[in-house]
Formats: sequence, structure tokens, C-alpha cells
Amino acid sequence: MSDLLTAPVKTSTGRSLRSEEMIINMGPQHPSTHGVLRLELVVDGEIVVDVIPHIGYLHRCFEKHSEHMTNYQQVIPYCDRMDYVAAMNMEMGYVVAVEKLLGIQVPERVEYIRVIMNELQRIASHLIAAGTYGLDVGAFTPFLYMFRDRERILDLFETTCGARLLYNYIWVGGLSHDLPPGFIDKAKAFCNYFRPKIKEYNDLLTFNEIFIKRTANVGVLPADVAIAYGCSGPMLRGSGVDWDLRRDDPYSIYDRFSWEVQIGKGEVGTAGDCWDRYMVRIREMEQSLNIIEQALAQIPEGDIASAIPRRIRPNAGEVYVRTESARGELGFYVVSDGSATPYRVKARSPSFVNLSVLPEICRGSMIADVVAITGSTDIVLGEVDR
Amino acid sequence: MSPQEISEKLQSQFGAAILEAKIEGIIQPYIKVASVNVNDLALFLRDDADMQFDYLMCLSGIDYGKNVLGVVYHLSSMTKRHKITVKTDVPVEKAEVPSVADVWPTANWHEREAYDMYGIVFTGHPDLRRMLLPDDYPGHPLRKDFKVPEFYQGMKVPY
Amino acid sequence: MEQPLKDLLSNDVLAYVIMAFIPLLWIVPYALFAVWLERKVSAHMQDRLGPMRVGGWHGWAQTIADILKLVQKEDIVPSAADKKLHFLSPWVVFIGSYAAFAAIPFSSAYVGSNINLGLFYVIAVSTLVVVGILMAGWSSNNKWSLFGAMRSAAQIVSYEIPTALALLAVVMIAGTLNLQEINQQQTGWFWHWYIFKKFPFVFVAFIIYFVASLAETNRTPFDLPEAESELVAGYHTEYSGMKFALFFLAEYANMFAVSAIGATLFLGGWNSPFGDFLGGPIWGVFWFLSKGMFFVVVQMWLRWTLPRLRVDQLMYVSWKVLTPWAFVCILGVGFWMMM
Repeated sequence: MSDLLTAPVKTSTGRSLRSEEMIINMGPQHPSTHGVLRLELVVDGEIVVDVIPHIGYLHRCFEKHSEHMTNYQQVIPYCDRMDYVAAMNMEMGYVVAVEKLLGIQVPERVEYIRVIMNELQRIASHLIAAGTYGLDVGAFTPFLYMFRDRERILDLFETTCGARLLYNYIWVGGLSHDLPPGFIDKAKAFCNYFRPKIKEYNDLLTFNEIFIKRTANVGVLPADVAIAYGCSGPMLRGSGVDWDLRRDDPYSIYDRFSWEVQIGKGEVGTAGDCWDRYMVRIREMEQSLNIIEQALAQIPEGDIASAIPRRIRPNAGEVYVRTESARGELGFYVVSDGSATPYRVKARSPSFVNLSVLPEICRGSMIADVVAITGSTDIVLGEVDR
Repeated sequence: MSPQEISEKLQSQFGAAILEAKIEGIIQPYIKVASVNVNDLALFLRDDADMQFDYLMCLSGIDYGKNVLGVVYHLSSMTKRHKITVKTDVPVEKAEVPSVADVWPTANWHEREAYDMYGIVFTGHPDLRRMLLPDDYPGHPLRKDFKVPEFYQGMKVPY
Repeated sequence: MEQPLKDLLSNDVLAYVIMAFIPLLWIVPYALFAVWLERKVSAHMQDRLGPMRVGGWHGWAQTIADILKLVQKEDIVPSAADKKLHFLSPWVVFIGSYAAFAAIPFSSAYVGSNINLGLFYVIAVSTLVVVGILMAGWSSNNKWSLFGAMRSAAQIVSYEIPTALALLAVVMIAGTLNLQEINQQQTGWFWHWYIFKKFPFVFVAFIIYFVASLAETNRTPFDLPEAESELVAGYHTEYSGMKFALFFLAEYANMFAVSAIGATLFLGGWNSPFGDFLGGPIWGVFWFLSKGMFFVVVQMWLRWTLPRLRVDQLMYVSWKVLTPWAFVCILGVGFWMMM
């Protein structure tokens, strides 16, 4: 017992604590770590001296599973389960990689449907991000407003492929189902419905004085640090870096639409603070609506199944393809040895990389700020742990 | 810069350390480098005015079988808008690769994951602990010769 | 009401006991109702329905069912907890908020104890809550609970000051601390209420009082001690069953207590807004309760609208905004009265 009392307390990185410091564990069971993230906080009163993230509580061996499937197609449902709030984006990333490995071109109609689904999914995901962010700083009501509107997107997905959360919709070379009759009208109606709602969110939450007080100048992530840590998506754009893979490294048919990349400008604080990251998401929803509306107007008729290969057996080779998921750069490194199963699938998940910058921007802030910063990174633990 | 130019410049700079540069007849060109030179090469790729690879997209461990492990670096440059893949091989018995976490801080977690899954030791890494698996997990599960243990900490694994 | 009871029972002690239990007859049904109301208010603000099943009409029996569940629940005490303090603290918290009702006049005919230092007593005794919260946080042996308790202590002690100062502005005009007398001075039409006296000083004092009282009852935007997204549940994280229900009851009792004091001092308490129309002791209860409930609903409204402040911003609001302005109000009222 005496040893326990006198032995120096150490963090899991081996740092000894000073006598006024204390370790508290935020998570893995905590309301605002967005899942089973565990943050080891070294605190001095309310001030956070150090943050050590511990992940892996939701590790489901995605990469090991992928190597043990009987074909490439079977990996897609596992991709869904990585980022379960933006499953379409995950499928898209993997499918684009495999198609590049196979060297197949998919029909126009398929590309348009994929873009529509991806952008709808992006809106749905950003709605969760913004809503739960409000929850993190104590505003409960906007969360339910955003869920109400997300529900309409899920209804659209349900009419298309029968699933609301995990779709298995985008297949290698095609799609599982064509659009149902009346989908285009419903999607247009959704766009018209949703555009004014963004203003409602802004009135409710974004420009609320207390919300700005809690998020502006908190967790400032400078642009050079963001790039060095490999941050991507709204996290990177929030820091003022004008970089979006849909425009800067185009895949699918994103080069055909006109829309603007939104970046954080530090309107209410410093560029790269939590408010900017939040605001980038809100503004991106509007841009996604622009893309959806253009795609709905241009979508051609055609067969969606014509390019689906009978069996997928790529030549030996490897490919790294990155796509812009709702959270940032989603990369799939797929290695084929010429057999019917992938030799190696590495998922470079945006949340995993975005989370790694957390200790850097949390030091010196308060416990309440850690919650605000973690919320603004918009992590999904399924994707962090894979 | 095109991959061809990049590989030429690297070859003139590092000479024999560049083991292979495969540009043609492949989906994505790559350059293979001797494992001991990884850190120097990374620093050069990041800081050279023509290269400016400021963004490490991905760092993957891989098991090539036949007792060879590999590390694959996917790099891109935001300013120059070019990409390159760098690879390196190490034998299983002496799986040591210099860390690039001091060049790109994002490599920190990627290297921890590669260490976790493949047992590749990144020398000079600031905090090389397991990333996803428990600290006491036996073995490195993404290696091709990994057998799922029947018992974990004395408990039967139920499948 | 005191004298007739004594005459009726011909036993002073029994009369006092009955007098003391009357507020409880209000608090318990009120708390059940307020919890239900809070759910319905939040639900309708959030575009949903809230409880709709239990009891039939709009789920009116939901909280009764909840209380029945809480009574039956196992009382879990952490093995490393300080058992005595852990047991005692919910009672201290509840007593603190319940004792405040003793001096609050419900009507011209009923006040639990018509003491001359009524207001002083209410402010003093409601501070007992801090002790209970600190006990709860410390005895739970949980770092999160301790954080909640420390925040709570700092917050309540800080916000006592603007609260007391704002009330002092009224006391200066009234010249008494007896709440029943303060009420009687406001008899008549609603422009006799103190909130409209010495305009705008008392009005500002009322705003200060209301904001500070939100903080004293740990309601949003000042609910840091139990900030769900940061501290899980704050000081009552390790409480379950009936002990948890007591904390809950105390919170709602407190909400009403601060609303009642606000109504008494600023809005004429049991006085009808329309002079003698609908006046008298019976209607007095109605007016008093509806004024109190109005502020309870406003507190709910704020809770489901606003985000939460950070702990340093919370202190800033108290010490650098509310306290100086409360002093300005006191000075303003003072100069006005001297002139």
C-alpha cells in the first residue's frame, strides 16, 4: 500500500505527473466521445495539460476480414460498417479503387446516381456532425431538428435500396438497384425543402451568442499543422486550406458540376477554430444541394447493370485511390495478387488521421473545450478503429 | 513533376539507395528504396523545392510472404499537385524501418498501426505502442502466417 | 392560518407540524407535474410529442410511473464511497431547498413562518444545498462527481452575490425583510409591483436576479455541475433509485423556490394584477402559483434553447457583468430614494 501511495503516477506514455496534476479518463463510456473513444486527460484543475487518445475499442478487423473473403464484392458490406453514418461514401471509395484496379468504365447513369447518393449521404452525415456538436456544447434542440431532416434523406435511401443505414448499394461496376420510379421528383422536393432549413439551423445554433463563445478561438488548428498531421475534409478546410478532392483530384464525374469549396475564414474568431470547422460543414450542405440539383437535371437514361463484371479477378497490381468522404480523404490501398480475393486492403480512414491531431490542439484548453474540440473533429469510431 | 522526373531526380540524389523505379506498365508508379534510407529520402521529398511532398496520404504495412515485410508510403503534394508511391522491404527477422514521424507527424499513428499489425519496428519513433489491439495481444494479426489463438489470457476464444 | 389552526387543534406543536407539511403537499405534486411538463415542453419545442402512452391523455402518468420505478430500484452505492456522506447528501440537498419554502408566503393567509428576517433566512438556508452537493461529489469517490461538485460550489457561491444584491435593491425600497410585508406593500394594480418602481433600476435588478437564479439552480445555460456532455451527470453520477429521485425533487423544488421569491419581490407575489378583482386569500394562492409556474416554464424554455457556458465564462458573467450591474442598481435606487 505504501508503495502505491509514494510511487509516481505515470501516464500511459510514461510521463510522470506533478503533484497537482490528475489523470481522468474520458471514455470509453462517455456521452460526448461519440462512441468508444477513450481520452486519457492529464488535468491541472480544469486545465488540460495533456491528452492521450486510446482507440481500438471498436476494432472489427476490417483489413483481416477483407483478405479472407471469397471475392472483392463481399468487402463492400464491411465498408458500410466502417463509417456507419456515411456508408455510401465508404462504398464509393472502395468501389472506385477496385474499378481502377480492374480498369472498367461504368455507365453514365451509374455515375450520376452515385454522385447523387454520395452528396445526399454527405448532407446526412454533416447533419449528424452539426447536430451532435450542438449536443456537445449543451444545445439539445437543434440536434432533433437536424435528425428530422436527416430522416428524409434516409427515406430516400430506403426507397432506393431498402436499407436506411448500411446500404450495400454501390457495387463494383454498377449499383444494386436502379432508382425507383418518382425518385427524382422526391429528391428535388427534398432539395427545395432543405435549403431554407439551413437558415433555420443558423438562426438556432450557428449564430447563437453562447455557441460562438464556446467555439470561437477554441481548438485553433493552424493550416501548416493540419497539413503536417494529414488532416482532411472539413477539418482541413476549416483551417483555411482550399483543398477538396472532388475538385483537386477528381474521381467519378465530379468535374462536371459547378460548386464552390468552402473554407474557414475565421469570421467570429481565428481561422481554424471549432466554429470554422462547424461552419464549413453547414456551408458544404448547401454546396452538396447544388451538386444534387445539377445531377438530377442532367441524369441520363441507361442500364445500370451493364458493366457489372461476372467475376472480379483483377491482374496482379495495386492501387491507392482517395475519395472525399463526409469526413475527409478516404483512401483505399488495394493490392491484388491475381486471385479472386484482395491480397491486402488498407483503409486510410479520415477520422483516424484527423483524430491524431487532437492532442496537439487540446493542450492548455479546459475540459469543456476538449469536448468541443472532439466534437468539431467529427469522428466516427467505427472508422477510426475499422 | 511527372513520376519519371521524380525518379530521375531521386536516383541522381540517392544513387544506389533507390533499388527500383517502376513507372511504365503499372497503374500507379512507385519507387523502391533501401529501408535504411527511408528517413533521409522522406526529408528530401518533403523539403526539396521541386518535390514539396507535404502530405503523407497513407502509410501501410504489408506482408509479401516469404518472410518479407514491406512499408508503402503514398505521398502527395498540395502545392505541386503530384503524387508518388515509395516502397521499402525488410526481412521478418530484422523488421526495422526508420520512422518518418519527425518528417510528417501524421506518420506517428500510421506507424503505430503498422507496428501493431505487422510487428515492423520503426526506429526513432517517439511513442511506439500498440494502436488498435490490447497491449498484451499475442502476435501481429495481419501477417500471413498469423494463426488466430485459441486462448487469450487464459480465456477460450469462442469461435 | 396559524392562529385558527392552533385554536382548532388546541395543540401548538401539532399546528406547527401541519403548517410545515403544507408546502410539501405542493412540492411533490408540483415536481411530478413539472417533470412531465418539462418533457412535454422540450418535446414540443423539438418537433416531437414526448410521453404519450402512460395514463392515457398525453402521458400524464409518466412521471408517476417513473417514481414508482425509482422507488423499486436497487440502491447502488460504490464500494469505495464514503457511505455516511453518500447517504446523507441527498437529504441535505433536499432539506436545503425545502426549508426555503418555510418563509415564502403562498397567500395573504398562509406563510409557513412569518419571520421578520424572511428574505435573509431564505437566502441563507438555500445555501445549504452547496454543502449537500459537495458531500455528494466527495463521497462518491469519482473524479467526475468531484468535478461537478467543485464547479457547483464555485458557481453557487459566486452567484449568491448578484442574487443577494439584486434583492437588496427591492429591500431598500420596501424597508423590510419580511416577505409577507413586502407582498402587502405591492397591493393594488400591477403598476404597484416593485418591478415597475424606480424604473429602470429595479427592472434591471429583476433581470439580474433571474439570470443569477438560473445559475443557482444549475439550469441551462449554467448547468455545468451536471453538464451531461462533459461530466456525465456531475455530482449525482453515482446515485441511483430514490436518492437520485431526491436530487431530482430538490432541483425542481429549487426551481420553484427561486421563481417564487422572484414573483414575491418583484411581481407582487399573491397580489392580483387587477387590484381587488379576483383578490383575496384563495385567489392569492392562484396568482402566486401561476406567477411562480410562469418562471418555471421560462426556465424550461431557456434550457431547451441555449447551449451551455464554459466554466470561466460562467465566472465572468457573475463577477464582471452581473455583480457590477447589481451595484449600479443599488446605487441608482439609493440615490433616487435620497432625492
